[in-house]
Amino acid sequence: MTEQERINFKAKKFLVLLFVIASFMLFAGLTSGFIVYTGGSVDRGLKIILPQAFKLSTLLIVLSSITMHMAYLSAKRLQLNQQKMYLLLTMGLGIGFFVLQLSAWQTLIGQGIYFVNPNASQSFIYVFTGAHLVHVFAGLMMVLAAWLGGVKNIPQANNLFRLETASIFWHFIDILWIYLYVFLLLNQ
Amino acid sequence: MASTAHDTAVHHDDHGHHHETFLTKYVFSQDHKMIAKQFLITGIIMGVIAMFLSVLFRLQLGWPDKSFPILETFLGKWAEGGRIKPDFYLALVTIHGTMMVFFVLTAGLSGTFSNLLIPLQLGARDMASPFINMLSYWFFFLACVIMMGSFFVESGPASAGWTVYPPLSALPKAISGSGLGMTLWLMSMVLFVASSLMGALNYISTVLNMRTKGMSLWRMPLTIWAFFLTAITGVLSFPVLVAAVVLLIFDRSFGTSFYLSDIVMQGQVLPNQGGSPILWQHLFWFLGHPEVYIVLMPALGITSEVIATNSRKPIFGYHAMVYSLIGITVLSFIVWGHHMFLTGMNPFLGGVFMITTLIIAVPSAVKTFNYLATLWRGNIRFTPAMLFAIGLVSFFISGGLTGIFLGNAALDINLHDTYFVVAHFHLVMGSAAIFGMLCGVYHWFPKMFRREMDERLGYLHFWITFICAYLVFFPMHFMGLDGVPRRYYAFTEFEFMKEWLTVNVFITWAAIVASLAQLAFLYNFFHSIFYGKKTTQNPWNSNTLEWTTPVEHLHGNWPGEIPTVYRWPYDYSKPGHNEDFIPQTTPFSETMSSNVAHDFEGNAEAELLQAEYAAKGTKKSVVAAKPVAKAAAKTAKKPAAKKKTTPTKKA
Ligand code: HEM
Ligand SMILES: [Cu+2]
Repeated sequence: MTEQERINFKAKKFLVLLFVIASFMLFAGLTSGFIVYTGGSVDRGLKIILPQAFKLSTLLIVLSSITMHMAYLSAKRLQLNQQKMYLLLTMGLGIGFFVLQLSAWQTLIGQGIYFVNPNASQSFIYVFTGAHLVHVFAGLMMVLAAWLGGVKNIPQANNLFRLETASIFWHFIDILWIYLYVFLLLNQ
Repeated sequence: MASTAHDTAVHHDDHGHHHETFLTKYVFSQDHKMIAKQFLITGIIMGVIAMFLSVLFRLQLGWPDKSFPILETFLGKWAEGGRIKPDFYLALVTIHGTMMVFFVLTAGLSGTFSNLLIPLQLGARDMASPFINMLSYWFFFLACVIMMGSFFVESGPASAGWTVYPPLSALPKAISGSGLGMTLWLMSMVLFVASSLMGALNYISTVLNMRTKGMSLWRMPLTIWAFFLTAITGVLSFPVLVAAVVLLIFDRSFGTSFYLSDIVMQGQVLPNQGGSPILWQHLFWFLGHPEVYIVLMPALGITSEVIATNSRKPIFGYHAMVYSLIGITVLSFIVWGHHMFLTGMNPFLGGVFMITTLIIAVPSAVKTFNYLATLWRGNIRFTPAMLFAIGLVSFFISGGLTGIFLGNAALDINLHDTYFVVAHFHLVMGSAAIFGMLCGVYHWFPKMFRREMDERLGYLHFWITFICAYLVFFPMHFMGLDGVPRRYYAFTEFEFMKEWLTVNVFITWAAIVASLAQLAFLYNFFHSIFYGKKTTQNPWNSNTLEWTTPVEHLHGNWPGEIPTVYRWPYDYSKPGHNEDFIPQTTPFSETMSSNVAHDFEGNAEAELLQAEYAAKGTKKSVVAAKPVAKAAAKTAKKPAAKKKTTPTKKA
């Protein structure tokens, strides 16, 4: 790899990091909005027990972060098969997370807590989790791209680049969910 | 010619050759120089349209009772009987503001000059991701098309003001502009935010990762510092606007109540309960205030560069300039409440926002004084670019001062939502930032289009615009002090406003003259692209790296290696040197006669060499004379040497 290519990869990796910061600001905006809104009146606030599914989904996404890291380590050690396996595992866990979040929505609806709601604090639960799921979807696409790279056996530099960017983003999604969950728990 | 330039481009090591078609070269270009031009021309077109809209509503304000049959001819039902309808008046104001703030002064300004100058002034082949850079332009283009498209829908464009406050923006049936027009506005803005984020991410990554050898952060031109900090401000604030817009879309289309509560429309009570319109204001202004600095900072960076170059003096207080930009960046995130003093905010909180707001005047003032100190006793060259830069300083002072009035929560009770605010932000943002942008266009036109603009037309453009901008906006202060509210349709409807009608007529005439002056610019700009005088490699005798690239554009910017940088960009008129500028690429070993201790930043070896040189100079005058003679010989040879670098010779 030439010096110029090395710099280009570094600059592109940095782009992913910056995107993470921008996404984080989106959620900072949403959660601040929640605080401003909820602080406005005593009628507002979550006023519910959060669905149990969130606990399980938290577990899944933390596990998926670990498998993602394993995939990255395998890529560095040039263990292509292991890399592919761990990426598949990560995707599986990610899809599981996705499904669990949707089931949590169902639980909420079952309790009569709708998205269209005069207490918008409760609508915010859907906004937080929904916006997060959009990121999970994007993350799954990145993991998929990394897996396909492994299948097609692309050059190691590119392979490593895909894995690094996918794992930066995936860990971000993980931390983001923990932030949102803790935020919701604190306001429960 | 172009093909020879291209041949040189393929020879350098790190750029694979790829075949260029018309489509990849001019339309879906990934070259930052072409993307810069795309942004500029789109920005200029949007600027002309937005200016035209303002002339329309100025006609209404100047002559509310008069009929202009020609308006009906091309506006149709929006101007029945030749008079602009109230609904359409609001749409005009809204789209004028949106286009000017976001499309002209954000995308047109940052998009053009960050794209052009970041790689060129830092010594990079291109942006971190040329592909994302291209997407950034095309998202912006789509945003423009959709916004324009809203003029062609039945119910007309959005009309809730550029800040689109709910409930007007949240209830599709509120006024005609709240319908499809508002939906299109939101779509357009989402695309626009995506575009500016992609741009900003690229700018930051490029500045941090792709500088050439020797280009430390503290050797970057102030333009780059400004673009860099602007991009950071954008990355931290635009996502919050997305959050606000997402909630607004839910309120509009899904029936949620984030912003809506207790609304009775046409005698019907709406089901939305519990929402808070103030929430929108918080989220909007958390972006909105940083946004005004996103608009201004690039203009400040451009003027720093132009003022130093054309005063033939180092910029006064380079470090102070950078720290003020950093200060503005940080502070701009904690002052948003000054737009909300009258929302029933806790007076203590109002006090906090008042203090932070007044503090932001400090870095602004530091910058102003530094501009003035740079000009002070400079060897000033009054190029059109320089005049526009000085114009910016003037507007920044006169508009900034009124900001301090508005920043006082108590005074703002009287002034909020009056023409005083309109005067404030049109001087400090509208006029100042537009002047910064025009300054950049005049200064870097030769770099972009390889030709020069006509100077005399430039002077004409400057003086008429400068005078008319003051004639338009200055009287508005007095209207505001008298309590005249902004965004009102007809001054004839209110007894106390009638006395201002004559002033309105005056302002409208000034606005019309100002718009006509822009024709001089447009003609000059487009004519010079094709028929302007061919430029030389470094027409302004400037120090920065972009003027070391060949006049012909190459993909990859420099043929062969990227030059190394040895010094900061402001060595103008350095005592002891035989010319009044020393490019950043000149090593200190070639300028022994002008080096000072500070230049070596503690490099002991260099200091020793310089000391030896100085010692020789005092002992034997013969030896000392030698380098001077050498330098003289160099200047004599210069014309020949200069020719060598122009591509005509190279090919
Ligand atoms: C000296 C520093 C400044 C201070 C203290 C200041 C203060 C203020 C205040 C308090 C307001 C709210 C007025 C109201 O609505 O009642 C305001 C409005 C505004 N300011 Fe400034 N300002 C400053 C500089 C700037 C700069 C540099 C820009 C842009 C480049 C700017 C752009 C605006 C805009 C666009 C608005 C009006 C927004 C709207 O309501 O439509 N200000 N300013
Ligand atoms: Cu502000």
